[in-house]
Amino acid sequence: MTDRVRIAIVGSGPAGLSAAARAAALGLSHLLIEKTDHLSDTIFKYQKGKHVMATPSQLVLRSDCDFEAGKREAILDRWNAQAADQGVNVAYNAEVKAIVGIGDPIPGSIQKIVERRRDGTTETKEIQRLAPPYRLTLSDGRDVIADAVVMAIGTQGNPNLMRVPGADLPHVQYQLDDPGEYNDEHIFVVGTGDAGIENALGLAADEAQGNAVTILNRSTEFASAKAANVKALMAAAEAGRLAIMTETTTAKVEPGFITLDSRDGEVKLKCDRIIARMGSAPPRAFVESCGIEFTSGDRLAFPKLSPVFESTAPGIFVIGALAGYPLIKHCMNQGYDVVEYINGNRDLKPADEPILAAKFAGLPEKKSVADWLEYLRANVAVLEGLSPLQMREFMLDSEVRAYRRDDVIFEKFDPGSSLFGIARGQALVEVAPGVDIPIDQGSIFGEVGLISGRRRGATVRAGADSIMVEVSRTAALKLMSSNPPAKRAITRISTERQLLQMFGAGLTPADLADILDTAEIRTVKAGEAILSEGDLGNDIYVIRVGSMIVEKKIGGKNVFLSYLPAGSYVGEMALIAGGPRTATVKATVKSEVIRLNGDAFARLMAAKPALLERARRDMAARQDVNAFIESRKDSFSTVVDMYSETAKFLVDNGIGEATDVLLIDEHLCVGCDNCEKACADSHDGLSRLDREAGRTYAHLHVPTSCRHCEHPHCMADCPPNAIHRGPDGEVFIDETCIGCGNCQRNCPYGVIRMDSVPPRKPGLLSWMFFGAGPGPGEPSKKWRAKNAEPGVEKPKKAIKCDMCSGIEGGPACVRACPTGAAIRVAPEDFLTVARLGGEAR
Amino acid sequence: MAAGAASPIRRAKGEVLHDGFLRHAGFRWLKIATLICVLSIASYMLVDVTPRHNGGSWYGYAMGTIGVLLILWLTLLGLRKRAMTRGRWSLKAWTSAHVYLGLSLIVIATLHTGFQLGWNVHTLAYALMMLVILSGLFGIAVYATLPAALSNNRAEMTQVQMLDAVRAIDRQLHDAAQPLTHEQAALVRQSLEDDPFGGGLIARLSGRYPRCATARAQAALRRWTGETPDTGNDPLERIDALLERKQAMLARLRRHLKLKALLEIWLYVHVPATFALLAALTAHVVSVFFYW
Repeated sequence: MTDRVRIAIVGSGPAGLSAAARAAALGLSHLLIEKTDHLSDTIFKYQKGKHVMATPSQLVLRSDCDFEAGKREAILDRWNAQAADQGVNVAYNAEVKAIVGIGDPIPGSIQKIVERRRDGTTETKEIQRLAPPYRLTLSDGRDVIADAVVMAIGTQGNPNLMRVPGADLPHVQYQLDDPGEYNDEHIFVVGTGDAGIENALGLAADEAQGNAVTILNRSTEFASAKAANVKALMAAAEAGRLAIMTETTTAKVEPGFITLDSRDGEVKLKCDRIIARMGSAPPRAFVESCGIEFTSGDRLAFPKLSPVFESTAPGIFVIGALAGYPLIKHCMNQGYDVVEYINGNRDLKPADEPILAAKFAGLPEKKSVADWLEYLRANVAVLEGLSPLQMREFMLDSEVRAYRRDDVIFEKFDPGSSLFGIARGQALVEVAPGVDIPIDQGSIFGEVGLISGRRRGATVRAGADSIMVEVSRTAALKLMSSNPPAKRAITRISTERQLLQMFGAGLTPADLADILDTAEIRTVKAGEAILSEGDLGNDIYVIRVGSMIVEKKIGGKNVFLSYLPAGSYVGEMALIAGGPRTATVKATVKSEVIRLNGDAFARLMAAKPALLERARRDMAARQDVNAFIESRKDSFSTVVDMYSETAKFLVDNGIGEATDVLLIDEHLCVGCDNCEKACADSHDGLSRLDREAGRTYAHLHVPTSCRHCEHPHCMADCPPNAIHRGPDGEVFIDETCIGCGNCQRNCPYGVIRMDSVPPRKPGLLSWMFFGAGPGPGEPSKKWRAKNAEPGVEKPKKAIKCDMCSGIEGGPACVRACPTGAAIRVAPEDFLTVARLGGEAR
Repeated sequence: MAAGAASPIRRAKGEVLHDGFLRHAGFRWLKIATLICVLSIASYMLVDVTPRHNGGSWYGYAMGTIGVLLILWLTLLGLRKRAMTRGRWSLKAWTSAHVYLGLSLIVIATLHTGFQLGWNVHTLAYALMMLVILSGLFGIAVYATLPAALSNNRAEMTQVQMLDAVRAIDRQLHDAAQPLTHEQAALVRQSLEDDPFGGGLIARLSGRYPRCATARAQAALRRWTGETPDTGNDPLERIDALLERKQAMLARLRRHLKLKALLEIWLYVHVPATFALLAALTAHVVSVFFYW
């Protein structure tokens, strides 16, 4: 049996359903093909009672079906009713097996399909495309002939699988239908996209079920989830209903247990069920067999589409999640738009057109939105891999601006964490007064903000009349997580700049090309070694994120040699002097290193004597340290031990990721708490440190006070983006804090408190002579309550140490210590062998 | 070391990061104070005042002025400590100077007297000054010796945590005492109702609490438990174990309070004596000028 229709719509999700409804409304002959026995399987499979959201909220819905945020059941009921009312023609339980053109061969349109085999070889098949109409072969044996095909099959049928040992065990599942089914289980949810967060919340919602739910996030950010979901997750974690583990990945699955790689090393936990929600990839093989080409060979790439969603096979249109657009509203709009287009309506603009048009209004030339999008995509290298559709989404979160020559784009020390792409013109980075380094069209700048959230390190000006895209931090993270080529491009540029900054020595980007081609970024677990003493190898490692300690085995004991903060490199000794590695280098916290090929680096050193000279100097300094330790090992073995042990204690207490930390020498501390009082009196009457709390080893006390982590955990999830790093390395919270408490929850050292500013105290002298007010230090709760402005509730905001930035004389805690017990140190200063000499005197 | 992408503020290389107030800046103030003392003594020897050295000579006035200015400056430490103004000052340096210059006062003031002491307001000022200095010496001694003991004793616990621990044991004692006889329960109640830190200043400073109700309750309960073997489920044995734990925690807390008291007690002499000294000094100076 063969049906003949104008439009065949494959998949009855929001996109397909909306397309079918439009076709029905226009009176076009159509068939909506659904492989299950109900409409919209993806939403049907959402867990019961799930609240479906309608983002982005600024987008207007344009569809014959209604949609607003609400419960899964309500939405499905309404769609079912509307589909029936509008006369949508549905074929249920029909899966499309093949789509083949039955027209004439299209001259010159040959599709190459590269098939990768497991053994690494590839095979290329060539298929001659045929013109429409298309014949759709269905699983029930029916054939449908259609002039146009709308592919709206989504990606849910093809979830990303776990790739760890034991991932094929039966208690690993990729789907959660009804969270009410499970009771008294230890459940791990892998993935913090919306699906994972909603599953975790569902499982933990009813305490009577007794589930111990943990959600794992491999980074610290929740970039791919909706803000409302992240908030709900945070609230649930705060209420103790579930646990969140950030910077954690799965290492192994065994029956009854799961082994995790966390920030603090490997842990094995009890686990009865794993729900993996790590996104999904398009069912590529089937899509390719229809004649549809993908933008790249990447596993996560999307089909190549025209701005009207037409694929490389003429007459086949791809919309919805398969096109790279997972949000319901967009899908529904696309369904409407694409059917209008097929019906001959060429003037219809996408629903987000006015929003984008407003963004482009300020640019010098008058181009259409589609032309601007294509212009930006073609001219900014990191955007190249995006489809027109993704470009639209991307631009909704970004800004584009025109600058005249010499306009300042941002000033040194401005706060800001956005990334800039140069679509036209040139940017000039002022590295020193009067010395500008140009960055040319196509490249990016401001990427440091993405990595560290530091303030702008230099003033950047437009070197010519320019057009720049400013990408917000969230949009940039989304871009990197959803588009691997963009991530690689950004990583490569940041690596290149880090190397240039580190080695200086007259290097140019061109010199580094060879090294960058072989450079590889590796994530290192806490405690894992990148170099082991005695190993062979000549690669150089640059510490990009985190920190390392260097240890050497002397007389059977590991002796601590030095501490390496991010921005240092190791491995030059074996490269220059030859021979095996002379020491072991281990990560103190989860870190990232850039591995540079030793041979490539050697070639570069041969070509650049200044670099060789630089490396030799660094090597000599390290050899001095080794020799010093060796010389001390007999006469001062206990001192060396003590030094090693103390260094270990400090590293265990998070000093490894600190940039500046308050330590208290308990040989000297008399417990007067003048440090706390000074802190309170320097900062609105609130102390940001707790002297007495915290760990102690060998009379060295680490009080509860901010360490100004190299990669601040507090910064990870700040809705108003109020946490920044200042010019002296201090991590501070600015006045835009909304008091949500995320940073307090994210801080592993408990150094952030939420409080409101107390009323002003009378002056010191009136306290001394007349007893007015509470005296120095933080006023008591009682005094605060009594002296509060009546009827005014002051908001509680997050407060933490800002290293007394902007206060002349530096940190008040140290200045106010009467005995010299309080010291502030940077770990690289403190954890050096130079101190061993001092102690041994 | 490798390239540091670190903060622009770098500490000077080789700077010893922590030395205490006594060793501050290579004993700078000890050296200055010693120099002052040596100069004072030498000038006392060399300057010939007739008929003999006394406070009323030009030399005596000079020494007296230096002494008064020093005393006023030393008193300002109390203000400096509490006024968190901006600027590059360090309270450690102030303390260091306070200690050594304060000690040099012994020499300066004694030379100022010309060793003429008597029962009058002038000698009262001198005696009060010596009292302040002696209490300060005690302070230096405890500051130098006790902090390490304080740190060892608290074993990473804060005072609040220690008090919470005692309270937690009390709650358990209260629950565990429910099945006991009236007589035995009375003993436990004795421990619960006792103020374990009562007993006044002597007890606080010595750390000895001979009338500790917890110790006495445990001793008394041993009359019942001493005879029978510990089978592990006798409520009295449980009480005994809890009392043991409470005693240990109390001992730690009392040591903590004793050390803290010793670190502070001298200030209760040092500071009031300073104000008495200022008053006596005013009287001394006014009377000297009045009778001039």
